[in-house]
Amino acid sequence: MKILEQLKEKLADKIVKIEQPNKTRLYITVDRKDLSEAVQAVFSGLGGRYVIASAVDNFDNFEILYHFAFDRENVMVSLRVFLEREKPEVESFAALIPGIAYIEREMWELFGINFLNHPNLKHFLLPVDWPEGNYPLRKANG
Amino acid sequence: MDERKKVVVPIGPYHPLLEEPEFFSLYCDGERVVDMEWEAGYNHRGIEKLAENKHWDQVPFLVERICGICSNSHPVAYCNAVEDLLGLEIPERAKYLRSLISEMERVHSHLLWVGLAGHFLGYNTVFMWAWKYREPVLDMFELITGNRNNYGIMKIGGVRRDVADEDIPTLKAVFGGLKGKVEMLTKAVLDDPVLAARLKGVGVLTPQDIRDYGAVGPVARASGVDIDVRRDSPYAAYDRVDWKVITQPDGDLLARAVVRLLEIFESLKIIDQCLEALPRVRGDYAAEVREIPPGEGIGHAEALRGEVFHYIRSDGSNRPVRHKVRAPSYVNIPTFKASCIGETIADVAIILAGVDPCYCCTERVAVYDTDRKKTMYTFDDLVKLSQEKTRKIRHG
Repeated sequence: MKILEQLKEKLADKIVKIEQPNKTRLYITVDRKDLSEAVQAVFSGLGGRYVIASAVDNFDNFEILYHFAFDRENVMVSLRVFLEREKPEVESFAALIPGIAYIEREMWELFGINFLNHPNLKHFLLPVDWPEGNYPLRKANG
Repeated sequence: MDERKKVVVPIGPYHPLLEEPEFFSLYCDGERVVDMEWEAGYNHRGIEKLAENKHWDQVPFLVERICGICSNSHPVAYCNAVEDLLGLEIPERAKYLRSLISEMERVHSHLLWVGLAGHFLGYNTVFMWAWKYREPVLDMFELITGNRNNYGIMKIGGVRRDVADEDIPTLKAVFGGLKGKVEMLTKAVLDDPVLAARLKGVGVLTPQDIRDYGAVGPVARASGVDIDVRRDSPYAAYDRVDWKVITQPDGDLLARAVVRLLEIFESLKIIDQCLEALPRVRGDYAAEVREIPPGEGIGHAEALRGEVFHYIRSDGSNRPVRHKVRAPSYVNIPTFKASCIGETIADVAIILAGVDPCYCCTERVAVYDTDRKKTMYTFDDLVKLSQEKTRKIRHG
């Protein structure tokens, strides 16, 4: 896969794990400290189209997948990062990708994941008076 | 505070221009919009959370209720995601049936948008025409799926119901007859000086704006960004039929209207080819799927408004542990930051409508007498009731 070769070249030893379930899907796990570099490499470097990010509650940690589409090559690249349970936080990419600001607000209110340097981190889907510390999509919430 | 941002004009949460509750604050300097904010969540139903409590086979019924208009695109994207996890190739006949239903949906949705766009501009003749031509499409949905919206026809591994051979001539006649009508409507809309004056050069989005916000579908294609999931990541039968992706270079509202109108003709072409293929492509219309193993899958599909994206995660149980849905409006609406700012307040309504944010129009009524166990009103009775009401209003 051409995209994988280019990514390996750009990110080299920063890639923790590569999963390639079929020829159109590519999951790349990176450490939190290397995430900015990885997002920049995929979005700005290789020109991936920002699709969405999705958070997952794994009970012992949180996981965020940043999905980028490469339409010409028919490959969906998902960057995977794990965040610690106690203090889940990660940098915001709103400055790089303006459209990502909304999904970051959503993950913040629904999962309680903090986004550092977010320009406007306030409730988006939930009402403004939603009780603090109540995160509907966390598994502990039923 | 910024001097120019002193005047705030609210649109929403309940506003005659928005069929669904959404809230936009327009910061204005005179007639010009200098900044804008968007607030959502007035209709939040917690679908992602609900999906975690549903069986894999129940989720298509849930996701088709995300939107009454895209009620086929979401189940298709979800099924694509589960089939991606399973590594499953669906039967040939199911592929044609999926494309057929998806394109019928595109025809009705694009006609709906053209009508609404006319309505927002105060041009109700366009509204009446477009919705008149849309009506037989909904009747065809009723014929083959049993419902005008929320068809309940997609399932993991294929489709739930076959299309009978004897219905194919009716479908061919209706969609064949639609072509001439849509041609007339397209010419009338594109030649109209009033519509051109309101749409040309208004709400321009550059390819860079599209990239910044990740906008998709007709919005992206009207700005010259040549993306379409149907061609780029083929699913259903899109790689088996002949059609082309419509793009326009200008990025304004007129370009978005042109893209949608011309896409109707491509959809009619695909429908025709699917109907030709169905009598010849025999066999199962669904593969049997028993267990969903642990893993994750991504499915996307080109809905009427752009790419619908579904991500699912399985732990091997009978329910998804995580189901992420991204509807096209989620990335299309934020482009208002680029398209509305600098425009006048009067144009904001049509620019917001230009991305075709989701509307729901599935209300139909059935009054049932439980004691006598019969339906009380037929369609003709309801028409009569409606006419009587009009008479009453007229004559006090």
